Amino acid sequence: MNIVVCIKQVPDTWSERTLKASDSTLDRDAADAIINELDEYAIEEGLRLVEAHGGEVTILSMGPERAAESIRKALSMGADKAVHLVDDALAGSDALGTSAAIAQVLGQIGFDLVILGCESTDARTGVLPAMLAERLGVPQLSYASRVETDGSAIAIDRQADYGYDRVQATLPAVVSVVEKINEPRYPSFKGIMAAKKKPVQTMSVADAGIDPAQVGLANAACEVVSFAKRPPRQAGTIVADEGDGGAKAAEFLASRKFI
Amino acid sequence: MAEILVLAEHDGEAVKKVTFELVTLARRFGDPAVVWTGPGAQAAQSRLAEYGAAKIYLAEGAEFDEYVVAPKAELLADLVASHDPAAVLLASTAEGKEVGGRLAVKIGSGILTDVVGLADDLTAEQLIFGGAINVSARVRTGTPIITVRPNAISPEPASGEAVIEPVSLTVSDGAKQARILERVVQQRGARPELTEASIVVSGGRGVGSADNMALIEKLADSLGAAVGASRAVTDAGWYPHQFQVGQTGKTVSPQLYVAVGISGAIQHRAGMQTSKTIMVVNKDPEAPIFELADFGVVGDLFKVVPQLVEEIEKRTS
Ligand SMILES: Cc1cc2nc3c(=O)[nH]c(=O)nc-3n(C[C@H](O)[C@H](O)[C@H](O)COP(=O)(O)OP(=O)(O)OC[C@H]3O[C@@H](n4cnc5c(N)ncnc54)[C@H](O)[C@@H]3O)c2cc1C
Ligand SMILES: Nc1ncnc2c1ncn2[C@@H]1O[C@H](COP(=O)(O)O)[C@@H](O)[C@H]1O
Repeated sequence: MNIVVCIKQVPDTWSERTLKASDSTLDRDAADAIINELDEYAIEEGLRLVEAHGGEVTILSMGPERAAESIRKALSMGADKAVHLVDDALAGSDALGTSAAIAQVLGQIGFDLVILGCESTDARTGVLPAMLAERLGVPQLSYASRVETDGSAIAIDRQADYGYDRVQATLPAVVSVVEKINEPRYPSFKGIMAAKKKPVQTMSVADAGIDPAQVGLANAACEVVSFAKRPPRQAGTIVADEGDGGAKAAEFLASRKFI
Repeated sequence: MAEILVLAEHDGEAVKKVTFELVTLARRFGDPAVVWTGPGAQAAQSRLAEYGAAKIYLAEGAEFDEYVVAPKAELLADLVASHDPAAVLLASTAEGKEVGGRLAVKIGSGILTDVVGLADDLTAEQLIFGGAINVSARVRTGTPIITVRPNAISPEPASGEAVIEPVSLTVSDGAKQARILERVVQQRGARPELTEASIVVSGGRGVGSADNMALIEKLADSLGAAVGASRAVTDAGWYPHQFQVGQTGKTVSPQLYVAVGISGAIQHRAGMQTSKTIMVVNKDPEAPIFELADFGVVGDLFKVVPQLVEEIEKRTS
């Protein structure tokens, strides 16, 4: 099975994240960068499926030069090879533009299964998997907490408000995963060494045959008008329980008219 | 006046509260036209009228429940083409975002998600990075597709006709690729839905076991609240995953959020820190969750919570 896992490099959720004053895009230099946490679950699921059914895992990431670090980490977890879509013309693309670019590359490199995280921690739009499925004309199996495939049919549990749905389709398909699906492995020393020799193909907009009019900040269908840090919450009242903590909490709730 | 399309979220019987919120919001920009798929529209008609819905576009086909979202996106694209609405509003839920993403590609329009408010020119207010930054953003290409967070708008009654207009749509084969084989509904009892509740009581690892989650349920029931959980709890299997609050669970924004035995990891905060009022019970005074608390009790939850429940019951009986 030919599996492509799409990963995004994002600022570490633990470090301060901000937007650039100049163009309201993410200030990627200001924060430590890591693989979007959910994408590690996507990689893990790809590796497990290949271990069970044979085939190859290809990592695909669109992002600046620096994303090469995250790609290398994904390879050290055990992925076989990678494609890095990198081009200044892609900077500032919105979800529509990003999906156009990634779909174009997927069309070129081919796939049986594309696996993504269901949401990134920086943009948090969570719309990319749906957009890719729509562009590629293949079924989308979203919010998967379990994936099962025999190489031609695929079934997942799709998490929902009420529980979950059992959903079935035939490959090729796009799957997006929730973190309940597995526990991602840590790269082993051997994996880290091996990753250094694994092939990473870099592609530009022109190499991939992406229509430049569909990508980049200037062509984005949405624009940020302004942004501001939210004021921090006002410090609250903290009491130590001296046998009356519950009563005090009730008093607070009553003072705010919750009871 | 132009129409504003609003995709209804419902379970075939009850309309979700967020739909009334969307209709309330839509009224400011045009005639709210609710798009209803599957059964239940007749029963919901009078309630939608009470919130000012002008029309209900009704597509009753079974496809909408048999396949994952793609048929709904196809229906909306069809309605956008035939009615040229000023905007399409959806709930910023897993389902709403997935429909919205597909629709954006189909009609070549921009989409804004996690919106908490709209200015008169449809400039949207969004919260990003778990609520740390407020962004104003605008769709500049196509018909704006806007997904709005549940609980961000308060639903207000207004009278509307809510005239039902049947829509016939032959769903394409392309939209029938992901088939729903079985729906597994995990009981949540009579409690309100997590993302819609005005009070949420969540339990964390400090609760200690699946059996002890009954204590959280008891507190929730005394307040008429929904029950939530941290990932530590859902991972341990103490409570089902759909109740997880946080970055990879539900985003909630209730009037009151009560965090019990939760440390306040950044991934948990991302799902609850826009709650209007936050109350915390935790035995560790250093737990980061206290930074968010309007009121916090440093103490053992097994002592504090039963006393709290008793006090609430005393005051409300
Ligand atoms: C990709 C990814 C996604 C994630 N998504 C989410 C998410 O959506 N939601 C989420 O919640 N987490 C998420 N997490 C996990 C998150 O990082 C934390 O591990 C998790 O939130 C911790 O849960 P907790 O606060 O219940 O447990 P802990 O951090 O272990 O905290 C337990 C707290 O209970 C207190 N306590 C213990 N006993 C008592 C007692 N008797 N009385 C009072 N207090 C007591 C302790 O002082 C402690 O503060 C995610 C992590 C990753 C990597
Ligand atoms: N620039 C990117 N390159 C590769 N994959 C991406 C990129 N952006 C998003 N993704 C994938 O899409 C998922 C959802 O992201 P988003 O829609 O941005 O919240 C992520 O978990 C990734 O798997």
